[in-house]
Amino acid sequence: MSRTLFDKIWDAHCVQPATAEAPAVLYIDLHLVHEVTSPQAFAELDRRGLKVRCPERTVATLDHSIPTLPADAQGQRRFATEEAWQQVHQLEENCARHGVELHGWDSPHRGIVHVIGPELGITQPGMTIVCGDSHTATHGAFGALAFGIGTTEVGHVLATQCLLQQRPKTLRVTIDGQRPPGVTAKDLVLQTIARLGAGGATGHVIEFAGQAIRELDMEGRMTVCNMAIEAGARAGMIAPDEITLDWLRGRPHCPQGVAFERAARAWLALASDPGAHYDREVRFDAAEFAPTVTWGTRPDMAIAIDQPVPPPRDADAERALAYMNIASGRPLLGHKVDVVFVGSCTNSRISDLRAAAAQLRGKRIAEGVRMLVVPGSEPVRRQAEAEGLDRVFLAAGAEWREPGCSMCIAMNGDMVAPGQTAISTSNRNFEGRQGRGARTLLASPATAAASAVAGCISDPRRTDPSLGWNAQVPSPRTMEARA
Amino acid sequence: MKPIKTLESTTLVLPESSIDTDQIIPARFLTTTERSGLGRAAFADWRFDEAGAERADCVLNSAAARSAEVLVGGDNFGCGSSREHAVWALMDFGVRAVVSCRLADIFRANALKNGLLAIEVDTDTHRWLLEHPGARVTLDVSAGTLTTETGPECSFALDPFARNCLLEGVDALGWLLARTPEIEAWETQRREAA
Repeated sequence: MSRTLFDKIWDAHCVQPATAEAPAVLYIDLHLVHEVTSPQAFAELDRRGLKVRCPERTVATLDHSIPTLPADAQGQRRFATEEAWQQVHQLEENCARHGVELHGWDSPHRGIVHVIGPELGITQPGMTIVCGDSHTATHGAFGALAFGIGTTEVGHVLATQCLLQQRPKTLRVTIDGQRPPGVTAKDLVLQTIARLGAGGATGHVIEFAGQAIRELDMEGRMTVCNMAIEAGARAGMIAPDEITLDWLRGRPHCPQGVAFERAARAWLALASDPGAHYDREVRFDAAEFAPTVTWGTRPDMAIAIDQPVPPPRDADAERALAYMNIASGRPLLGHKVDVVFVGSCTNSRISDLRAAAAQLRGKRIAEGVRMLVVPGSEPVRRQAEAEGLDRVFLAAGAEWREPGCSMCIAMNGDMVAPGQTAISTSNRNFEGRQGRGARTLLASPATAAASAVAGCISDPRRTDPSLGWNAQVPSPRTMEARA
Repeated sequence: MKPIKTLESTTLVLPESSIDTDQIIPARFLTTTERSGLGRAAFADWRFDEAGAERADCVLNSAAARSAEVLVGGDNFGCGSSREHAVWALMDFGVRAVVSCRLADIFRANALKNGLLAIEVDTDTHRWLLEHPGARVTLDVSAGTLTTETGPECSFALDPFARNCLLEGVDALGWLLARTPEIEAWETQRREAA
């Protein structure tokens, strides 16, 4: 019988299928842990006198609430609050006591949980991966079944390496055609979310397919899968192919040599069989996509950068426009920004930093604009510095920080002030997400950096050196309107 | 987990759709290492102004809201972050059930594991509930029904395991730990097949 990528992974990890009384018992290959959603789970283990069942399948890092400024001369780091420091200290203690590997301050691999998993090669095709974090779907880019869980479930996995799970439905999102020049993975996923709706994929695992997806590099695929949750999906995934294998080959925790080639054959066989059944299917054409920005307070409130903001169709949209201080009827181009954030598990990898740097090279960010560039991990930071990207950012007037979630979740003191407008490469534009009263527009690294230079929302295609200086690149829909 | 069999209460209505977990509990409250005492943080940026004073125009601050145990939220309630703190905050605030026409997956899973009855109802019933804030409703967990005094009644689905956990206060981790022999056998089988 033909099976989907999801079916194959689910079936291979079902310790017990669902019965009339209980959901399936699903085995978890890799459990990623961070400081914010784990302390109460470890406390529950302690209360019951339990140990972590598989420390070798558990990897922890510091990312959510930690400062991104370097330590001072005495080696001290300035935490946002005493409680934040305490929480980090708690994770260090919990990991030490349970024998869990922690990529702490001294680790050369430390970084955002969804950036370091793939970098270390612990994220592999065919795996089940969970983390107490909704952006865990990022790892689905490798053909893994990866999803976010709450703290009670973190405790279940720590104690049993298993989860009780209802089998989700499947949704295939096929994006045909080629991405037009200057259209990035972030634009693909924002357009997809806008079409599906913020809750449109609830109860489903999305498999992304089609030419535009296959042509993405691994970092682009991670950006796409990362935001599956913003359409409500349980997970997002992409079938492994040669691009996946090339990325994994030689990674520290991956099989090496002959063992890798043997694993690779099994990984390629994970791809959905021809004729496999999905509960739902949708299809888009990448040729219709353009650089995209959000205008509201949900990730699905997104439009092509040169299209007018739509008139509010309900009370939610009216509230969103009022909160954002944005008028409908005209494009966001020219809308003033105060803060620019390049970072987060969505867009903090080396290719994201290169795209931002390409817009900034030899330029200055606009007067009065604050720009923060936060690499996703220590390896990304080192690579960026080796390429001189840090100097590009600093010369342009941006701040260059150490790895962490930073201004995406604004728990660590990196935040947008009330009433300020930020263009951000992160994943959520919810009210107050980047700080109380902060207004967030989501976009790609190229769009964010181009807007930093202009001081307002700016089309990155017009300033992308690879497209030719001052490129006149109308979006396909504009072309249609002219024709 | 405290069992919950039936619940009779007035409703607190928040009609906005896609109320995300950043609204339910802003991220700055997530540095806690405890589960308790988060009621003060529930909808903090809706309930309090920047000086920390209660906003008189916020429905969550009304006496009626404080006595309601059933929260009726707009479509896609609980979307966004996986933070279970959202559930802990709502429960500490006094909410014992959340009703919508669509609940975000992770929020619902978190709720049911904490004894917060999180249910989806049909869109007609949902619309009626949104239009009648403060209505008295009865939720019957074993029958799977929502009834109102003056309006519609409907059934809601709950998976049998979640229902049993709610009714009996079953401890899901205890249940999983009891599967240890099966988990070990499965691990051995996989190791040998590799």
